[in-house]
Amino acid sequence: MKELFPLKQVNGYIFSLLLTVVALSVYFFDMSFAMGLTILVVTAFIQAGVQLVVFMHAGESEDKGGIYVHTIYGVVLALLTILGSLLAMIWGYMF
Amino acid sequence: MDFFDRFTIPPHDDPMLYASIVAIGLVSIAIVLGVTYFKKWGYLWSEWLTTVDHKRIGIMYIISALLMLFRGGADAVMMRLQTAVPDNSFLDAQHYNEVFTTHGVVMIFFMAMAFIIGMMNFVVPLQIGARDVAFPRLNALSFWLYFAGAMLFNISFVVGGSPDAGWTNYYPLAGTEFSEHVGVNYYNWALQISGIGTLMTGINFIATIMKMRAPGMTLMKMPMFTWSALITNLIIVFAFPVLTIALLMGTLDRQFFTNFFTTGDGGMDMMWANLFWIWGHPEVYILILPAFGIYSQIIATFSQRNLYGYKSMVASMVIISLLSFMVWVHHFFTMGQGAVANSIFSITTMAIAVPTGIKIFNWLLTMWKGKIRFTTPMMYSVAFIPLFTIGGVTGVMLAIASADYQYHNTMFLVAHFHNVIIPGVVFAMIAGLIYYWPKMFGFLLNERIGKWAFWNIVIGFCLSFFPMYITGLNGQARRMYTYSEASGFGPLSMVSFFGALLLAIGFVLIVYNVYYSFRYAPRNVGDDPWNARSLEWATHNPVPEYNFAITPNVNSSEAFWDYKKNGHDLFKGEIKDIHMPNNSGWSIIFAGIFFVFAFCFVFHVWVGVIIAFAGIIGCLLYRSFEKDDGHHIHKEEIEETEKKFGGAK
Repeated sequence: MKELFPLKQVNGYIFSLLLTVVALSVYFFDMSFAMGLTILVVTAFIQAGVQLVVFMHAGESEDKGGIYVHTIYGVVLALLTILGSLLAMIWGYMF
Repeated sequence: MDFFDRFTIPPHDDPMLYASIVAIGLVSIAIVLGVTYFKKWGYLWSEWLTTVDHKRIGIMYIISALLMLFRGGADAVMMRLQTAVPDNSFLDAQHYNEVFTTHGVVMIFFMAMAFIIGMMNFVVPLQIGARDVAFPRLNALSFWLYFAGAMLFNISFVVGGSPDAGWTNYYPLAGTEFSEHVGVNYYNWALQISGIGTLMTGINFIATIMKMRAPGMTLMKMPMFTWSALITNLIIVFAFPVLTIALLMGTLDRQFFTNFFTTGDGGMDMMWANLFWIWGHPEVYILILPAFGIYSQIIATFSQRNLYGYKSMVASMVIISLLSFMVWVHHFFTMGQGAVANSIFSITTMAIAVPTGIKIFNWLLTMWKGKIRFTTPMMYSVAFIPLFTIGGVTGVMLAIASADYQYHNTMFLVAHFHNVIIPGVVFAMIAGLIYYWPKMFGFLLNERIGKWAFWNIVIGFCLSFFPMYITGLNGQARRMYTYSEASGFGPLSMVSFFGALLLAIGFVLIVYNVYYSFRYAPRNVGDDPWNARSLEWATHNPVPEYNFAITPNVNSSEAFWDYKKNGHDLFKGEIKDIHMPNNSGWSIIFAGIFFVFAFCFVFHVWVGVIIAFAGIIGCLLYRSFEKDDGHHIHKEEIEETEKKFGGAK
């Protein structure tokens, strides 16, 4: 019975609900813009990680190394694109 | 007839335009009549239009790329003719704008991209010992979406008018305020459709290379072209979504009155340039890396040595793929951001020269003390090294942000990027085509005509683009349809025009060579006419449907060489039934509906858009519930085929 019960997935589900509640608190509580955005960004990234590992089964196959390398590569490129755009379009005009 | 007015071309009293409309009409009729006369519709439909075979899809990509090469080449010759003498009136300003815009778009999206994807389609599954790509049906869909996009773009100049805002399509010029007619809508939709196709190719090939390699082939035992294809497709998957979104934002701006790229109402017009080049610079490496891969194969084969520095080749490609996403601002150094931002991107740009330089040295060291055979593919590769290096050095010049204020928007820049793209990508694709020709069709192209074409192309290239470095430094702006005699650009521009003619002759010679060799070349060239090294040469010429009768067992990146020289047992085991995917007309129908959808969207024909959209959804639903388990090629049939080739390998 223990093997059949998807404990990991149920825990993941509860955890992702929790993350949603935390993200939702930004709307209900009065906080500064910076504070609110930080909470949203952090919870969003954790949420994406939970989805990837628990529900999309990353790390359960033999080629998990490749999957994580690709994911990290993608995250790095996304961050580079966003930060670079900010540099080119906004920060670049300040200095 | 208000409804039909939108399809007419904006007024432009140019007999050439009408001549080309007539020419397109005549050629289309000739093709239809020809196919009907020779009763080839059934063959065309069942063997080519519905095929899911990666080899045939690759060949169709390459044929389309060659067609587009001539379409874009005609534009190029027209531009050179217009600027050959000062104050020329061959083309007016509007027509010249349209010609340089379509030249850029056709050459990058529909020629170069199709050529590299065609090469990857044909070569990669053979090099890794697979029977097909991971998702054969998706692969066919990629091709037909690309083809639909290319056709949509190519009808623009006879239905409604061509885009005229440059291939970079900068806003606000490309916005409705300054480009009222439908040209830019065509640009948005044609690139959108073919871009989706390319993105699917990217996913397909990553899956193929990661999952379908022959037993024994670890990542570090893949042939170099497959490595370059893997890196290229990774870049495609990360770069193309940016283009998709940017094009969508542009479409929303132009057709639904949003304000992403407008100058007022909170829009950021330079955001387009930013997004375009976030895709656009990686795109440069999407084009050049497969070219590098092909050169690596050819140089190793014809130097009769193994590729020098395999690991450093792989490492430099990985580094290039990362750096390619960190340099895009160098396309708009003069936009107005300060010294800090420009310096950062200036340094990253120069850094890219390091891994590229490593690759150049590796090729030179491969040839060092090798027994070099100067066949046509090898001659292209040898010409590539010095010419590409000149292009790279001028690239480093352009990377110096402060100096770029001088070079920006001049013919110097035009000379630079043609100097990297033509010897880099175009030479590689021609060399690769000649090299793999026997694999595709079972006979060799004539070497003597090939060398005539080579010399015409190389000399033509130097004559057309080297003068531009000089006129550019003297201040000739790009994209200007004419100039005064007093500017002194006349004589060098005339030289450029002659260079363009030589290039044109070279490409016509290549086509003549295909015809000549088809008629007269001997067919008994064997399976390994070049004495090659990597796995794709271990099967027959031309390749049978199932690629390898027995899945090869690989021990190094040059498995075929080991098999020939070191007694490696490449084909263990015996012939078994082979499971292959079924052909299907679904892909071409789906892409056809997409074409109608986009065409209606370009002209705001909403009824058509809704009907075609329903068709798209219908196709997706059909595919979701379709049951297609493929078919088996039976053992006896395979043995029969193998016998015809002279015994199983």
